[in-house]
Amino acid sequence: MKCYPHSDLTALFEALSQTAPLYLPTESDNGAVYTKYAAGVTYSASSNTRLSPKSFFFPQTEDLVKFRREGKSVSVIDERTEPEDFILFGVRACDAKSIDVLDRVFLSAPADSYYAARRDHVILMTMACTRPAQTCFCHAFGIDASDPGGDIACYRTEDALYLDGCTERGQVLLDACGAILEDCSDDHAAVTEQKQLIRARTERLPLASLTTDGFGADALDVLFDRPEWETLSESCLGCGTCTFVCPTCQCYDIRDFDTGHGICRYRCWDSCMYSEFTKMSAGQPRTTQMQRFRQRFLHKLVYFPANNDGMFGCVGCGRCLAACPIAMNITKVMNMLGGKEES
Amino acid sequence: MGQNFRPEALIPAIGVVTDIRRDTPDVKTFRVVTPDGAKPFDHKPGQCAMLSVPGVGEAMFSITSSPTNTDYMEFSIKKCGCLTDWLHAMDVGQMITIRGPYGNGFPVDGAFVGQKLLFIAGGIGLAPLRSVINYVRHFRERYGEIDIVYGSRSMQDLVDYDEILGEWCEEDGIRVHLTIDREQEGWGGHVGFVPNYVKELDFVPDRTAIICGPPIMIKFTLASLEAMGFSREQVYTTMEMRMKCGIGKCGRCNIGQKYVCRYGPVFRFDALDALPEEYD
Repeated sequence: MKCYPHSDLTALFEALSQTAPLYLPTESDNGAVYTKYAAGVTYSASSNTRLSPKSFFFPQTEDLVKFRREGKSVSVIDERTEPEDFILFGVRACDAKSIDVLDRVFLSAPADSYYAARRDHVILMTMACTRPAQTCFCHAFGIDASDPGGDIACYRTEDALYLDGCTERGQVLLDACGAILEDCSDDHAAVTEQKQLIRARTERLPLASLTTDGFGADALDVLFDRPEWETLSESCLGCGTCTFVCPTCQCYDIRDFDTGHGICRYRCWDSCMYSEFTKMSAGQPRTTQMQRFRQRFLHKLVYFPANNDGMFGCVGCGRCLAACPIAMNITKVMNMLGGKEES
Repeated sequence: MGQNFRPEALIPAIGVVTDIRRDTPDVKTFRVVTPDGAKPFDHKPGQCAMLSVPGVGEAMFSITSSPTNTDYMEFSIKKCGCLTDWLHAMDVGQMITIRGPYGNGFPVDGAFVGQKLLFIAGGIGLAPLRSVINYVRHFRERYGEIDIVYGSRSMQDLVDYDEILGEWCEEDGIRVHLTIDREQEGWGGHVGFVPNYVKELDFVPDRTAIICGPPIMIKFTLASLEAMGFSREQVYTTMEMRMKCGIGKCGRCNIGQKYVCRYGPVFRFDALDALPEEYD
């Protein structure tokens, strides 16, 4: 483990940003957002970022390929380039885990080259979460907010930042910044103390008792026809805000746009909550909002674990709790439908 | 040009349309090759490909030609939306884009071998089955007797009518049973809906059935077969869902945990039973 023995992180950010572009959470009028570091940009850890770092790997819109169409002729123009390395600083445990979830989708064969390229070039610097929100429930999915992982796990105390290189890529970056870092023991008292504090704090959160009991790969038969889906989805507006703020929602649409100088085929985020999501000229498979609502939660709590060795498709970041205009969310679904099987 | 050499499934190849045949008032069959004149890629019967006209759209279509045809690929496409309207309006020589193959295909080299086969199609539902039927005809000795029940709204709506009359009906060991929904002048054959016709034909349940057509036709045909003693393990179908990626990532074609683009579109009915009854 390394120690950066100052409360002011400026010198560290300067050193890091010398190696690659550095992005970190900063305050804005709309809450915390990831901002590219430059002189004067200050790190903020008061709340988690409004949106997860999902868009660094899977942007809200991105060009996939271009075409030229002249008369009967069509040509394909592949303008993909290999991205540059970049550093993401201050990613909390929930969001770090969400990247593992996205990896399962985009890196499984055949890998998505757009995602894979960005993923290969990121150095993920996570931050132990000392300021969980009242809406947080990452622990329900087995995530330890005090052990955020990534390439380098960081622990910030009042007078220092402790940096634990978890991967070779992380170690290389720490070595590159060696001049401003000090060696310290892996079980440094300040880090151990902070981990204990975080775990104790997690246990006192309002959603501390939420569990995944009753969910998972084998829960489909018990859950699918439950009458509660009607009640839960009754007031859902189908606005898609939950999928927009969700760090693991990855459904996408592919569309073409004629730029006037050629045709651009782009990809953009889509939402299973929208009525057009599954609509075909042959018909609409999911005709009601209840079906669409059920799809979203069963995907996260049953289908995803069924296809991914039990890994849930939710990381408990709590963003959907804060964002939903009718205050419906996955914790209400879990509370109403979950629980230990009655024997 | 970019400097990225990572393979990417979403980037299509160019296809050239070398022949357009009008099958019915709203179905045309398109022949597609690469710009070099070769078949775009190998496939298994029942697999699909993503076709697109850049600027218009991209959609999944079943490959109607048999894998044994090594010269080109064919797609029978019903005119029913933006992209298909465009495809129907284009001329021979037009370039489109193509990527694939997608999906699992029918078990023609597995479970079907040694079996008597009963193909049941309604309307454009013949398109995915034509690939299987012609594959099975090519390797005729591997399979038992073949029955093909095919129905459409009218005489004019029977897809591949020339091939059915000229080739399928002429072949030993293949029985073709055609039907149309309503009486029509010049039609001497059977009249009535496919599920009822299947019931009238009263097949012995010692064969494998493959159904493709509108959902309502599939539902009632399956019921007819079950009434004759067929088990759901003996009946296969192929599903249609909206798809964008074709590789199980865009998230829209799932039934329960299974993405139709990867684990389908071909399902045995008992496997469909294991999935949630999300769609009728």
